[in-house]
Amino acid sequence: MTTMASVSMPFASGLRRLFGNRAMLFGAIILAIVILAALLAPWVAPYAPNKLSIINKLKPPSMTNFFGTDEFGRDIFSRAIFAGRISLLVSLGVVVISTVLGVILGVAAGFFRSLDAPISRLLDAMMSFPDILLAIALVAALGPSLTTVILALGITYAPRLARIVRGSTLVLRELPYIEAAVAMGLPTWQILARHVLLNLASPILVQATFVFASAMLAEASLSFLGVGVSTDMPTWGTMLASGREYMNNAPWLMVFPGLAIVFSVLSLQLLGDGLRDLVDPRLAKES
Amino acid sequence: MARIAQALLKRLGGMAIVLALVVTVVFIIVRVTPGDPAAVMLGSDATPADIAQLREKMGLDAPLLLQYGQFVLGIVQGDLGQSIFLNQPVTTALAARAEPTFFLTLFSILIAVAIALPVGILSAVKRGTIFDQIVVTLTMVAASVPSFWLGLILIQVFAVGQGWFPASGYGGPETPFLERLHHLVLPAVALGVVNSALITRFTRAAMLDVLGDDYVRTARAKGAGEGRVILKHALKNAMIPIITVIGLSIAMLVAGAVVTETVFGLPGVGNLVVSAVLRRDYPVIQGALLVVAAIYVLINFIVDMLYILVDPRVRL
Repeated sequence: MTTMASVSMPFASGLRRLFGNRAMLFGAIILAIVILAALLAPWVAPYAPNKLSIINKLKPPSMTNFFGTDEFGRDIFSRAIFAGRISLLVSLGVVVISTVLGVILGVAAGFFRSLDAPISRLLDAMMSFPDILLAIALVAALGPSLTTVILALGITYAPRLARIVRGSTLVLRELPYIEAAVAMGLPTWQILARHVLLNLASPILVQATFVFASAMLAEASLSFLGVGVSTDMPTWGTMLASGREYMNNAPWLMVFPGLAIVFSVLSLQLLGDGLRDLVDPRLAKES
Repeated sequence: MARIAQALLKRLGGMAIVLALVVTVVFIIVRVTPGDPAAVMLGSDATPADIAQLREKMGLDAPLLLQYGQFVLGIVQGDLGQSIFLNQPVTTALAARAEPTFFLTLFSILIAVAIALPVGILSAVKRGTIFDQIVVTLTMVAASVPSFWLGLILIQVFAVGQGWFPASGYGGPETPFLERLHHLVLPAVALGVVNSALITRFTRAAMLDVLGDDYVRTARAKGAGEGRVILKHALKNAMIPIITVIGLSIAMLVAGAVVTETVFGLPGVGNLVVSAVLRRDYPVIQGALLVVAAIYVLINFIVDMLYILVDPRVRL
C-alpha cells in the first residue's frame, strides 16, 4: 500500500499545478449547493416530491418542470432535490461509522504492537470483499432500511480508514514527543487522545472525504438494485431504476438523477484531492 | 530460486490466514440476521413446521461452533450448501453463471488497461500540456460516473438508437460463442471506461515519479531514443504501482459487475447475488461472497508474485 499512497501525491500536486486551487474551490461550491438544496428542500423544490399529476406525465423539461416529469407526472427537479437528502444523510452516516470504527481499529493496530498482526489480517480479509457485494450481503442479513444501509456501508468502508490511520499511527508512535510522553508516564489513553488522535485529524479528513464519495456511489447502486434504503422518499438510484422503463421516450428520467450523482461525487473527489494537497504530505505518504 | 521459493511460502502462509478470516467473516455475516434466518427466508405465511424443517436442512439448529465446523468442512470438500430457491447446490448455481461474469471482467480489465496505459504514459510525458489537462479532468469525471448509469446511456445510444449491439441478455448454451460475447461489448465498455480512470491516474503518477529520476536522465544522455527511454527505462520502473492498481481494479470490477449485469440482464454471478438477496437465499449469498473474496485474495497473491518478476529487488 505504501507504493500506492506515495504515488498518489504527485498526482495531487500535479493537479494543483494544473488548476491552482480552483478545482477544489469548484468542488466546494458544488458540494455547498447540493447540501443547501437538500437542507432547504421544502423551500427550494417547486413541488412536493410525491405530488401526482397524471395528466402531466412524462413531460419534457420546461419552464414549469425544469427537469421534466416522470411516469406519474411528478416533478423530477423536486424529486432530485429531495433525493439529495437521503443520499447525503446515508453518506454522512457512513462516514461517521467508518471513521469511528476505522480510528479505533487503526489506532489499536498502529499503537499496540501485539494487536497489529491480528487487526491487519482482519482488515485484509474485510478488504477482500468488493464493496458493493459486502454491503449487499450485510443489508440482506440485517434487512433493508435506512439504518442498515448506513451500517452496512459503514462497516464496508471502515477498513479503508483503518489502514490510513494505522499507517499514520505507526509513524507518530516513533516520534520523539510521543516517546517522551510515554517516558513521562502519561496514561496511554491521554497519549492517544491528546497526541495521537489530534495529529491524525488531517489524514482522516482527507480519507473521510473519499469515503463520502464512495458511499454516495454505493448508495446509488444499492438503491438502483432495489436492495437499498426503502422509504417513500425518492433516491437518485430508485429514480434511475424506475425511469429505466421509459428511457426510450423520456430520456430526461435518466439524465438528471444521473447528473446529480456525477456532480455530487465529483465535488467530493475534487475536495478530497485539494485537501490531500493541503495536509502534511509526510503523513499522507505513510498510508 | 531459493529466494523466490521462500517468498512464495511466506505469501502462501499469509494468504491462508486471510482466507480463513474471509471464511469466518462470511459465516458471521449470515448469522447476524436479526431473528431466525429460516423464518425470514420463508416469509410471513410459513408454518412453524416449515421453519423447523428448513432450520434443520440448513443446519441452523446445531450449536454455533458445530455449525462453523460443518461450514468449514463443507468448504474444504467443495460443498457450499444448497440454494433454497433454485433447489440446486450453490456450486452448481455459481458455475452455471460464471461464464458471463468471467468474460465481462476480463474484457473490462482489458479495455481499462488498453485505455489507461497509453493515455497515462502520454499524459505524464506531455505533462502540463492541454492534453494532460484534459486527461486529468476526464479521469476525475469518469471516476465519478456510476458504471450502471454509463451502461444505461450506452444502451440508449448504441443498442436502442444505432442497433449495433443487443440491449440485454446473453443467450443460452446453444447461442454461438461469438454471439454471446457480442452481448458483452456494451457492459464491458461501461465498466472498462469507468475503471480506466483510476488506472490512468496511477499510471500518470507513477510515470511522473520515475521520469525525473537519474537513470532516465542518464539514458537520455547516452543518446537513447525517446521511445526507448520511456518504454524501457521509465515504464519498467513504474510498473509496480501500476500492477498494484490493476490488481485492485479487478475487485472493483467485480463489484461493478454486480450492478452492470443487472442493467444488461446478463445471467452472471452478480445477477445471481442480487436475486438471492431479494429472495433471502442466504446459502447463495454466502457462497458467492466466499468465492469472489477467494478470487480476490488469489489475484492479490499473483500480483505480489509479479512484483518479484518485475523488480528483483523486492524482498517479501
